[in-house]
Amino acid sequence: MASGNPLATGRPVTDRVGEEDSRIEVVGLTKRFLTPKGDAFTALHDVTFTVEPGRFCAIVGPTGCGKSTTLSMVSGLDRPSEGVVRVGGRQVRGVTDGISFMFQTDALLPWKTVLGNVELGPVFRGMAKARARELARDWLRRVGLAGFEDHHPHQLSGGMRKRVAMAAALINEPKILLMDEPFGALDVQTKAIMQTELLGLWEQLRPSVLFITHDLDEAVALADRVVVMTSGPGSVKAVYDVDLPRPRGAVQDLRYEPRFLEIQQRIWQSLREEVERAYARTAGVNA
Amino acid sequence: MSAGMEPRPVSQGTANPSAVSAGTANPSAANLSAVSPGAVNPGAVSLGAVSAAVIGGPGGSADVATVADESTAAAAKRARRRRLLWLWIGRFGFAALVIGGWQAFTTWKIVDPFFYGQPSGIWKRTIDLFEHGTEFGSFWIDIETTLQEAVSGFGIGAAAGIVLGVTLGQNRFLSEVLGPYIKIVNAIPRIVLGSIFIVAFGVGTTPKILLSAVLVFFVVFFNAFQGVREVDRNILANVRVLGASPWHVVRHVTVPSALTWIIASLHTAFGFAIVGALVGEVLGAQHGVGLVIRTAQNSLDPDGVFAGMLVIAVITLVAEFLLTLLERRLLSWRPPSPSEVSGI
Repeated sequence: MASGNPLATGRPVTDRVGEEDSRIEVVGLTKRFLTPKGDAFTALHDVTFTVEPGRFCAIVGPTGCGKSTTLSMVSGLDRPSEGVVRVGGRQVRGVTDGISFMFQTDALLPWKTVLGNVELGPVFRGMAKARARELARDWLRRVGLAGFEDHHPHQLSGGMRKRVAMAAALINEPKILLMDEPFGALDVQTKAIMQTELLGLWEQLRPSVLFITHDLDEAVALADRVVVMTSGPGSVKAVYDVDLPRPRGAVQDLRYEPRFLEIQQRIWQSLREEVERAYARTAGVNA
Repeated sequence: MSAGMEPRPVSQGTANPSAVSAGTANPSAANLSAVSPGAVNPGAVSLGAVSAAVIGGPGGSADVATVADESTAAAAKRARRRRLLWLWIGRFGFAALVIGGWQAFTTWKIVDPFFYGQPSGIWKRTIDLFEHGTEFGSFWIDIETTLQEAVSGFGIGAAAGIVLGVTLGQNRFLSEVLGPYIKIVNAIPRIVLGSIFIVAFGVGTTPKILLSAVLVFFVVFFNAFQGVREVDRNILANVRVLGASPWHVVRHVTVPSALTWIIASLHTAFGFAIVGALVGEVLGAQHGVGLVIRTAQNSLDPDGVFAGMLVIAVITLVAEFLLTLLERRLLSWRPPSPSEVSGI
């Protein structure tokens, strides 16, 4: 955990910028899979990038470029074939402490109530049940779900379930937050609201974020740095820094600012080629 | 059999309880995942359905309750009550048709009541059993014996099935080592084990309990195993990242997730427990409903056989009801599925 163990104090850490233990370094990452036929298939080739402590980094790229694979290796759920992932200077081997993960699909436990889901993180880390419950209530208030503690996930809307997932991911006050297209399945309006809320919460806690998305607008609106990936095998094509000032406020309004459009255009030029190439390839395979 | 009249998706296993070996031919994937007879697909209960469920939380718009709405609601209520009435008329009518037909055909001697019994005779015989008992003592002792055997066997078999199913479901290596042997044992007509148990343990309750437990075990085991295999990968990854220990994973994820499958299998399993106890008693016993049935058979008394069946049917229905209560309690988190709403 971070210095001073924020879980014990129950107070959020306000700023992690410059805290070296939340730096993510991905160096020469290569991942090969064995296909069912027995051939080796390279999903990722020599991927290198860094997420500065307390910064928000988005990865964009066409479908199947190994974005999710990268994320699962950073989390320690999967092992690289070559290269290393370092978190806070230490090489990742197995599930690393201080990391939270938000998935595209619901990863809530359907048999637990909203409160039961949110308190899981602290309970797994050995916090007393009563304290974990109290902390979970507090987090549900912070994501605007006070009053829904005893509901089950299936009773909530898609956006509300995302809030629960967000509370469950942030309650451990992770130094690193990994997000795999967390808002991909939401409708446009809900998505914008959730993005704004994510930014608000992130600005309070400032974990380093690695955020995967298909949506370039989303990447530019949220991130300090955008990594564009090529497909087949996945590798880093270009890295763009987004110098929009923070706090950024409502994501909906951000979209019309000239600076936003300028950056978005520049990155799109780069991404477009990859998307078109990936599309042509899948179309070719299907034909 | 219990599940004979229950519209649950478990029919394969219950259709032929004497050939308990059925179902190993399922060519699905590797090792144990070939779901055996009692393996029950919990269908709409899976996680997919959960995420597809209700959108839009509480706090809906109940503010525009106009007069038109109320009259519509009243009409709908009337229609539902009428439908319910016809439903019960239909149900009683069906029973009257079958039992009345049976009674009529045997009274008119179109069918010989000496071989096929007669509803009125069965009823008289049942009353007689309760009032005067059998030549071995009170009928209540027989019922108690059978019940004790079936419940013990059910408990032991279900517990062993759950523990082993969850263990093997989690441990790929162990399941691949033991898989073939479990399939082999599953292929043996286990009902025959009853004879061996009687020889080994005498005519007391032990062999019946063992036979029940063996029958129950396989039904529950395959479901628990499959249930563990069906656990959502995303959820597993999520709790591992959150810092769950292997024990946490079993307690908070694997078992609750497999519970849907396990509980569905318990309905079938109790039927098997009763079958195990009865078959054991028919093979050799001092007390038990199975013994009453065999005695009736030996004295060419079909009414006595049917009376024993009737009592067993009542016991099984009560057990089924209790299991449904347990299911409701343990699986209260599930979204109501369409089939449950329509309510059979």
